[in-house]
Amino acid sequence: MKKLTDYPIKGKFGKYGGTYVPETLMAAISELEKAYLQAKRDTTFRKELQRYLSDYAGRPTPLYYAANLTRKMGGAKIYLKREDLAHGGAHKINNTLGQALLAKRMGKKRVIAETGAGQHGVATAIACATLGLKAEVYMGEEDMKRQRLNVFRMKLLDAEVHPVKSGSKTLKDSINEALRDWVTNIETTYYLIGSVVGPHPYPMMVRDFQSVIGKELKKQIMHKEERLPDALVACVGGGSNAIGTFYPFEDYATVKLYGVEAAGEGIATGKHAASLGAGAEGVFHGMLTYVLQDNDGQIQNTHSLSAGLDYPGVGPEHSFLKAFRRAEYVSATDKEAADAFLTLSKEEGILPALESAHALAYAMKLATQMRKDETIVVTLSGRGDKDVETIAEYLKVKI
Amino acid sequence: MTRITETFQKLKTHREAALIGYVTAGDPEPQSTPKIAEALIEGGVDILELGLPFSDPIADGPTIQAASGRALDAGTTPRKVLETSRKIRQAHDTPLVIMTYYNPVFRMGLNRFFRLAKECLIDGIIVPDLPVEEGGDYTQAASASGIDTIFLAAPSTSTQRLRKIVKCSSGFLYLVSHFGVTGAKAQVEQSTIQLIKKVLPHTRAHVPLAVGFGVSKPEHARCIIEAGADGVIVGSTFVNIIAKNRNNMNKMLEELSETAHKIKTATLRADS
Repeated sequence: MKKLTDYPIKGKFGKYGGTYVPETLMAAISELEKAYLQAKRDTTFRKELQRYLSDYAGRPTPLYYAANLTRKMGGAKIYLKREDLAHGGAHKINNTLGQALLAKRMGKKRVIAETGAGQHGVATAIACATLGLKAEVYMGEEDMKRQRLNVFRMKLLDAEVHPVKSGSKTLKDSINEALRDWVTNIETTYYLIGSVVGPHPYPMMVRDFQSVIGKELKKQIMHKEERLPDALVACVGGGSNAIGTFYPFEDYATVKLYGVEAAGEGIATGKHAASLGAGAEGVFHGMLTYVLQDNDGQIQNTHSLSAGLDYPGVGPEHSFLKAFRRAEYVSATDKEAADAFLTLSKEEGILPALESAHALAYAMKLATQMRKDETIVVTLSGRGDKDVETIAEYLKVKI
Repeated sequence: MTRITETFQKLKTHREAALIGYVTAGDPEPQSTPKIAEALIEGGVDILELGLPFSDPIADGPTIQAASGRALDAGTTPRKVLETSRKIRQAHDTPLVIMTYYNPVFRMGLNRFFRLAKECLIDGIIVPDLPVEEGGDYTQAASASGIDTIFLAAPSTSTQRLRKIVKCSSGFLYLVSHFGVTGAKAQVEQSTIQLIKKVLPHTRAHVPLAVGFGVSKPEHARCIIEAGADGVIVGSTFVNIIAKNRNNMNKMLEELSETAHKIKTATLRADS
């Protein structure tokens, strides 16, 4: 009997995942898979990554007992896994350091990446700067307007930012453009995907690099509570911080897993980004997974207050966990996320990223339905400094 | 024998290579497609390739991306494209190939899609984001409907993979001329000629070889055919003509026909 953690098998999580890409990319993808599997077995590579994660990125990140928030909700104990304290301000660095080290090992000098809100772009620029690689980041023109500060941060970090003018000019189009670049420059270029999406081996590889979140928190909670948590809650756009949190717990059936998608203005309005909650199976960006699409299979535009969740697909492992009913996928609206953002800021003195605020919004509800001796761990995937302007606009406050 | 195979054989006996002409169906609007098809066929296109537009065409450059956007904005749907194809095929003997991405096919369901495609007299299908590894059920459903599955080979394809691809291909093999996306180029690179010569020994006995991506001028066609290919695929050149003359249908059709004719002339073997 296969365990959930044995997947992907032959590049697939059950029927999900796979390698749906143009023929030109097939050779590069199998080269990448080979290189990754070799690196994974190599203690020198693992030690080097470990050194970067601890000395450079600041790991392990703390597991913090949010006593004030717990008291306010009056239910289960709420812990926060503080990925917001990692270098760069988000969990993204776990993956970019791993992949940039791999790119270097493969002898690639040019790294391309896509970015939505800019967090993955910044994390890529950081990793490439320290490892001496050239970073070029594709970013939708619309997103560049919404996240001007991150654009400038990337430039300061010596990355080149290419505005994407095609399609909806957001994250999905940046991935399209990065794929087109990769097809053209395949011999020299490493494509550093920022989430557990895309063709195999990316969903597996990014999961492995992000699993450091779940591995650390398992040790930390055992130390503090002397037992496994009752529930894990994380936000899901592409789903990398959620998979990184869930993966080390997938085979422990007593630990409930909740992925929180962006319900935007409400699922019923059609203005949302809940691929698992309201999408259908489809093939997009190289993978078979849940996709927001119309009846003809055209990909739909998404909406969320948080740019990082604004994606019409989702990592195939999440589709797999949904099919197995191992994880439950729920959603939080823009309003619920904004309220959670304000609550955490006031109660705990922590500004969460708007993405993470979605997870928090659901966890706060969940806590009230659980006993006081039970525990919830929420992955605080990033810090909210980048979202201050968005929140001000949302509250109609001039700053 | 399928109509595509028949066409290649007939051309061979006449010492010609095939001109395969691509346009995006529904661009600039659904009702223009039959007229555009007719103009291309009149100009000498041997096989017509209709693009069934997808919102996120990752294998296409700016020209065909824009055409897909125009077609979708004008209300083009998979069903409408297949219906239009039927009309074109009823009026002409020219084989008709659908080029699309996997999601519209997957969404309709493989069996339903190919049943409908067969009813609409489609001869072949090209799906650039579906490598042979993922194409098992697809190839089966297509061949049950008598529709040729045209797979792609690329400069990065190993000999071992090429053998696998040739095995799954029917109608013809689509050789991608260079690393990159679709779009007109200034010239044919020397590497493309070497690529054709490298691939030919593996395809010759099994399936005709057609070369596409960047092929836009008569001299491109001539040098690809001299290298031994059985056909050329020309897309962005035609799509550019459509885009440029969106508001002057007559001029558009005339220019399409003329351009097709010039390229077709280049596909006649020098000694024929």
